Amino acid sequence: MGKTRLETSQSTVDMSLVEQVPGKKLKDNLRAYTMVFALLAIWLVLAIATQGTFLEPRNLSNLFRQTAINGYLAIGMVFVITAGHIDLSVGAVAGLTGAIAAMLQVQWLPTLGAELGVAWLQAGWPSTIISIVAALIVGTIIGIWQGAWVAYGQVPAFIVTLGGLLIFRGAILGITKGINIGPMNPTFQGLGQAYLSHTTGIALAIASVALIIVYTIMSSRNKLKYDFPVKPLWTEVVLIVLYSGLVIGFVIIMNRYRGVPIPVVLLIVIAVICSFIFNRTQLGRYTCAIGGNLEAARLSGLNVRRVMVQIFALMGILGAIAGIVLTARLNAATANAGNQFELNAIASCVIGGTSLQGGSGSIPGALLGALVMASIDNGLSMLNVQAFWQQIIKGLILMVAVLIDVKSR
Amino acid sequence: MQKGSGALLDIRNVTKDFPGTRALDNVSMEVREGEIHGLCGENGAGKSTLMKILSGTYPYGTYEGQVFFGGEPTRFSGIRDAEARGIRIIHQELALVKQMTVAENIFLGAETAKYGIIDQMSLYSETRELLRRSGLNVPGTALVRTLGVGQQQMVEIAKALRGHVRLLILDEPTSALNDAEVENLMQTLRELKHIGVTCIYISHKLRELFDIADRITVLRDGRCIGTEATADITEDEVIAMMVGRAPTGRFPSKTRRAGKVMFSVRNWTVRNPENKDLYAIRNVSFDVRAGEILGVSGLMGSGRTELLQSLFGEYGFQPSGEIMIDGKKCKINSSRDAIALGMGLVTEDRKNTGLILMHSVTHNMTLPSLPNLSNGPVIDTGLELASTSKLIKELNIRAPSVESKVETLSGGNQQKVSIAKWLMTNPRILMLDEPTRGIDVGTKYQIYELMDRLAADGMAIIMVSSDLPEILGMSDRILVMHEGTIAGIVESEEANPEKIMSLAAMGAREDRRSNS
Repeated sequence: MGKTRLETSQSTVDMSLVEQVPGKKLKDNLRAYTMVFALLAIWLVLAIATQGTFLEPRNLSNLFRQTAINGYLAIGMVFVITAGHIDLSVGAVAGLTGAIAAMLQVQWLPTLGAELGVAWLQAGWPSTIISIVAALIVGTIIGIWQGAWVAYGQVPAFIVTLGGLLIFRGAILGITKGINIGPMNPTFQGLGQAYLSHTTGIALAIASVALIIVYTIMSSRNKLKYDFPVKPLWTEVVLIVLYSGLVIGFVIIMNRYRGVPIPVVLLIVIAVICSFIFNRTQLGRYTCAIGGNLEAARLSGLNVRRVMVQIFALMGILGAIAGIVLTARLNAATANAGNQFELNAIASCVIGGTSLQGGSGSIPGALLGALVMASIDNGLSMLNVQAFWQQIIKGLILMVAVLIDVKSR
Repeated sequence: MQKGSGALLDIRNVTKDFPGTRALDNVSMEVREGEIHGLCGENGAGKSTLMKILSGTYPYGTYEGQVFFGGEPTRFSGIRDAEARGIRIIHQELALVKQMTVAENIFLGAETAKYGIIDQMSLYSETRELLRRSGLNVPGTALVRTLGVGQQQMVEIAKALRGHVRLLILDEPTSALNDAEVENLMQTLRELKHIGVTCIYISHKLRELFDIADRITVLRDGRCIGTEATADITEDEVIAMMVGRAPTGRFPSKTRRAGKVMFSVRNWTVRNPENKDLYAIRNVSFDVRAGEILGVSGLMGSGRTELLQSLFGEYGFQPSGEIMIDGKKCKINSSRDAIALGMGLVTEDRKNTGLILMHSVTHNMTLPSLPNLSNGPVIDTGLELASTSKLIKELNIRAPSVESKVETLSGGNQQKVSIAKWLMTNPRILMLDEPTRGIDVGTKYQIYELMDRLAADGMAIIMVSSDLPEILGMSDRILVMHEGTIAGIVESEEANPEKIMSLAAMGAREDRRSNS
């Protein structure tokens, strides 16, 4: 079953099949545009209501920072929901891993360092790195463990992660004893609070633009290699200019305040990596297949159980990242950190067009969804709308978003 | 206002457009009171669209033309309007709630109730009457999931007979039925005809149409080709009307030649995973040669599908026996093992176990082959597209694009995709479960040609089919199953319908031939 047998001679490729159907493309894009327009409409309304304060660089910087933590969770949730499952424990996982990182840095490592007489364990970079790695490992193990319950125990994910939610919330209380654990080392705090310097931001933006160009050229080359038609040069150029403009514009706006927030940089990096996994790797394809038709996926020789465990492991890692950044941002671990984050993550996915039936999902969509949720929180807070109204409005927006999605299909 | 002719149903110049396609083009036909009217045509000919107009699924105003029912023009705004006039449709896919009883299903949505409390007595007594009329001998309290497919079909008919029925439309009612069940259905339809129910019977199976229909209408490419009395026309003439050309025989001539034994099964025994005391397959032994098509025949429930699925590592409790490929013993614990050994299984139910309908043609076709189309974990999308479009061309799959969702394709093209999916894995042993169920004559022929070509290239093919002519026309040898055992293996030269049917229905007698 060598690859050679699958390769194709130029004469057998039917070009007409590879070209996009205009109707389909328009419809797909329309959905994506609808979301972007909805977000812009919300921004416009909030900008008018706040007399422009909402769109000031300072506030936009805050807005993106607020989006980041929910964003990590929403990205993982896209995988879980697309595979036809749900994870109710992500907020608790974030809380627990954040608490473990804080306990390590604030109590366990200093104690251990004192006992062993090792000064470098007690503070600074070593302590921060150990805490972060430990939190990531715990998150991964939790993910694998829950995934195993779902895949091998065949307990519905709803139940497994509902149980997980209770277990991890209990564990948080147990290890923090219900008190705030802090403060964190400045090196740790930076993950949640620091900004890229203006020059680094610009340098990264230029690097991203270069990457976009290289990627475009490489994918065109790959198409040419198999003799597929490539898009006309001008559309490629327009796209490159558009994306580059977005990246550079974003960095310039952020630089007008303090620079690009570190959590946002992290979010973008994770989003790019996870989009690649989702769209271009076997894991991503299998995730969609399992959610689309479990039986067909199984009969096609997929190791469905292993894929499920991998998906939950990924969710666990992203939960830990959310926990670490949350602890860094609050400069402490608290007993109710991450409370109800799972609901925001699920809502972001659904607003972003990920089907709860499984089989299809979108990471950029989930990020837009997360941005919508954060915008409403942020904008309504600026308008001094009471917290209860914020919740009611978010709930309604979730329902309306899905209603529009269902009706437009 | 226009008046209809004397016919019960008079369809005049109906045209129905969908974005990009014209599904019905100026179709006119008449159905007379009290007749059984056969309707046939290839997939995509417009049969289903026409029936959806009759049943109110496509309301008045979404199509051009006129439909007269009982002499009156119809203006259905929904299914309920059509039902109120006595038009009932039974779709190809059964629409029953399996966890509920027969009676609850029959009266679903039309229960006799007072203050929302269902009158159980009238529910079950009326059900008894309906079951009697539809010739189904089960209690109304039986759970639907405990019934066979044929009995479930009868429940659908009983449900359709509820209330005042003038026109009953059956869309491919026998696609999942065995011969005895089909005969039972035919009998019921004849009895309904006696009591004055008019019937439109849609089927690919010409033998059934000729058996039961008074007149036959043929649709092709959204046009009505003609209506003929069954007595005045032959099967070949109908096929010619359907495909628009003279039939060149229903099966291609053989170009394959059997080589040496490639796949052997010895004493294969499998228990039913849902009831571990029962054997689904007992002591089955057979060989398949390279370049050979082994047909597997048998009645519904005789264990044919279970045989294929268990050999593929995906069915059964504690399978025992031996599987040998090229004389070497193999252990197959899952479909992964089977695929690695060069096996492929085109499942019988493409919608539920074969394809992911909401995904694209490409994603469906490459699913089992992704490891071969990837560098490490990363899919080489260029290679993926190239491999896909090559097979689309080879199999002549009609899809607007490689990105088209499979659910938008016709049944025949969906089936080709599910075959292509396995061809992409370069199998040496290909198992096909009902490879031509519910697809049109033209596509069937293409699939037969493909099977012959694959075998000629040295593939060993095992084909399960309920279609007796197909088994006889395509197999080199025919394995007949009866209650999980082999009733006999018949060489194609010695095979005839009577022989196969008697083995299938009665099991092995004196003439049992087994190559164990």
